[in-house]
Amino acid sequence: MTLLSIDWALVNWSRAQFALTAMYHWIFVPITLGILFIIAFMETRYVRTGDPEWKRITKFWMKLFGINFALGVATGLILEFEFGTNWSTYSWFVGDIFGAPLAIEGIMAFFMESTFIAVMFFGWNKVSKKFHLTATWLTALGANLSALWILVANGWMQFPVGMEFNPDTARNEMVNFWDVFLSPVAINKFLHTITSGYVLASIFVIGVSSWFLLKKREQMMAKKSIIIASVFGFISLLAVIFTGHGSAQEVAEKQPMKLAAMEGLYQGSTGADLIGIGILNHKKEINDGEESTTFKISFPKILSWLSFGDTDAFVPGIEDLINGNEKYGIMPAQERMARGDTAILALKTYKEAQKSGDKTTAAANLDVFRAHYDHFGYGYIEKEKDLIPHVPLVFYSFHYMVATGFLYLLLFLVFLWLTYTNKIETIKWRKPLFILGIAAIPMVFITSEAGWIVVEVGRQPWVVQDLMPVSAGVTNISANSVQITFWIFAVIFTALLIAELNIMFRAIKKGPAKSQVESKNGEAKS
Amino acid sequence: MIHTAISYLALQQYWWVIIALIAGLLVFMLFVQGGQSFIFNLTKNETDRTMLLNTTGRKWEVTFTTLVTFGGAFFASFPLFYATSFGGAYWLWLALLLSFTIQAFSYEYRTKSGNIYGKKFFNSLLWTNGMFGPFLLGVIVATFFNGNDFLMVDSNIRESFWQNNWRGLESLTHWHNLALGFTVLFLSRVSGILYVMHTIDDNKLIAKAKKQLWYNAIPFVVFFLIFTIGLLLKPGYAVNADTGNVFMENHKYLHNFLDMPVVMILFLAGVAAVLTGIIKALLKTSGNDKAFWVTGPGIVLVVMCLFFVAGFNDTAFYPSSFDVNSSLTIQNASSSEFTLKTMAIVSLMIPFVLGYIVVAWRSINTNKINKAEMEDKESGTHMY
Repeated sequence: MTLLSIDWALVNWSRAQFALTAMYHWIFVPITLGILFIIAFMETRYVRTGDPEWKRITKFWMKLFGINFALGVATGLILEFEFGTNWSTYSWFVGDIFGAPLAIEGIMAFFMESTFIAVMFFGWNKVSKKFHLTATWLTALGANLSALWILVANGWMQFPVGMEFNPDTARNEMVNFWDVFLSPVAINKFLHTITSGYVLASIFVIGVSSWFLLKKREQMMAKKSIIIASVFGFISLLAVIFTGHGSAQEVAEKQPMKLAAMEGLYQGSTGADLIGIGILNHKKEINDGEESTTFKISFPKILSWLSFGDTDAFVPGIEDLINGNEKYGIMPAQERMARGDTAILALKTYKEAQKSGDKTTAAANLDVFRAHYDHFGYGYIEKEKDLIPHVPLVFYSFHYMVATGFLYLLLFLVFLWLTYTNKIETIKWRKPLFILGIAAIPMVFITSEAGWIVVEVGRQPWVVQDLMPVSAGVTNISANSVQITFWIFAVIFTALLIAELNIMFRAIKKGPAKSQVESKNGEAKS
Repeated sequence: MIHTAISYLALQQYWWVIIALIAGLLVFMLFVQGGQSFIFNLTKNETDRTMLLNTTGRKWEVTFTTLVTFGGAFFASFPLFYATSFGGAYWLWLALLLSFTIQAFSYEYRTKSGNIYGKKFFNSLLWTNGMFGPFLLGVIVATFFNGNDFLMVDSNIRESFWQNNWRGLESLTHWHNLALGFTVLFLSRVSGILYVMHTIDDNKLIAKAKKQLWYNAIPFVVFFLIFTIGLLLKPGYAVNADTGNVFMENHKYLHNFLDMPVVMILFLAGVAAVLTGIIKALLKTSGNDKAFWVTGPGIVLVVMCLFFVAGFNDTAFYPSSFDVNSSLTIQNASSSEFTLKTMAIVSLMIPFVLGYIVVAWRSINTNKINKAEMEDKESGTHMY
């Protein structure tokens, strides 16, 4: 693809379609990641104590999990194949590295999940208690392992390592599996993502349990569920904060433009402040000398400290990254674009020389190409401005994510303490508390999606950081075709979400199966 | 150097075998779709329908996962195929994906209260998946023999350019592709019936299933013969081993069978197993519930052998009918030697995976499904 042939309508519809699928997929996945462990804890209690009440509780949450799981699978299938259907040039460019985690995900994780989920759902009266419990744990493990591999793949796109570009095959080829697998970006991303899923699932359980307490139904089940979810959620949230800090440090080092967008930082500085709450100046343009915010409450020097562990460290802003900053060794974007052009031209000349058998020209151009490869992707960038992601979207998503994240910490502590001391049904302000518990469910879903917006919108325009922009990775197809499939998916996913929510609400309203005591009482009355 | 080259080729061939195995297992697992496709004409009442969908439904995740793994393994081992076919035959692949996407939730939601679109709607989606999923998969696999119109350009980043606006739908106009599409459709219906006979304990339903076996086995055999005879007679896309150039060779696939007698024997053994299973099930007066396990391995063998003749013996496995030299071979479409080696180590897990699938499968198939189980609301069993 050359610059002249970039079809921006195609690029943007392809982006939109992938974003749509990924965001719908991510509605269902985090619950799966977390609630399976919660269910496994509950079933473990059942197997250890033999108390049928725990079995009843386990089955109830399993039922809600099943309703959610089916749509995660459906959207996940589309997502995996969209790498090929919509990003085919990308698929060849990096398939040698990116494909491997997807295949391992299938072989190692998906089969484990899909095999044992059948035992989990259908094996209650067919296998022993211990076998069933093992199946439940293995389903949870399989789901989380699948997250590992897809996040390794995503981490590699954000920070490509362990590969070399092969000019003859015109693609990146893996040279070190462990560098890809154990990349600090991938590991941080994996831990941050799965633990955020645990937090979401815990809040889901607390929210649904709050509804039962509000309605004065199934109080015992609700309180037992709250205890498990709030402990699990609290520990997970500490891990989220820890890994979030690690992720931010990785971003600061490897994707400084993303960090600048997260903080709305146009002019870099030493001892940079962290914005706690802020409103962006939406008229702000690069190099216009205006303030980037119209209102802000910030913490002095904290951004520098959080990013580099040094309160006086320099954090580059968007203008530094575009204009360059000689003092801090930042190359201007124009220079990188010129070097990218050189790399592209050298590769083309190398290939032509190879075909014609001119080994001297080929070797010379290969050297030029290798010397400029770090800037390769910049050769596909049309304008400097294209290197800046959508700042407001990234900024507000990031701040919403962080602010609500700390709120959930408080929420877990309050619910845990009140339930543990058995005061949750008697305190004065229980109704607002239960309503807050219920309201936290949609809030945490937005938090979770906001996290992905930060990660994915923040890295634009790169599909592979610095090496391939989205405009170069897209499939050669008409924008109209992608527009049509976008709308097909939008309608189907939305219709399914409506169906899912309705079924979920009914299942919650119906509650768990009657306990043996309730059943006996019912029979006696009749 | 020679050793490295041979070793790389061996890895490419090994991965083609793995892809063939996953494809074989996927077609075998399509009994789930085949069973679903009888939702309207094998069952007349809700209990029968519940029995049918609860026997196939307990396996839908495995079929789904096999499809996902098939895509993932292709991406990892032959990424140029993934990039060329998926991006090029856009509408054909999306049609396949949509036909599978509608399955997952349909099982889960059809009988749930609060299901706003109604049970019939989700039953229709299951039928659609059952009919179109196998058919489209068959058509796509047939493009390995009949090709698609694409041009590979390697001026900078390697890209393929599709040469028509139908983006894969043109594959539906080729009789030989359609023949394999219908073969896979009727095969999945046959194995679906055999699975019903294997897992459901209900004489009336089994009698009806047996009748349906006749109606589906005959078209299966007819379409299979049309496809196979067509394959043996048609010219194929041969590769010059020295230059890598692709050229048309008369009776290429027949030659491949003759040049690889082991493949031919395995293919015939597979066909014999499939037919034996069907005939046994048809002839036994009391029904034969083990026939499913006779046809199953046969299906895997036949599909694997078709992949072998598509990709081995200097054959282009994904030919370009627009420009033969843009065709993909297992050599030019594969991942690097390092990646294939790494993935080969991962593939050693496959027997372990198959092992625990067998254990889990057997554990929940110990008793046949019957009306009493379906009508027992108190058992607490997850139901579709």
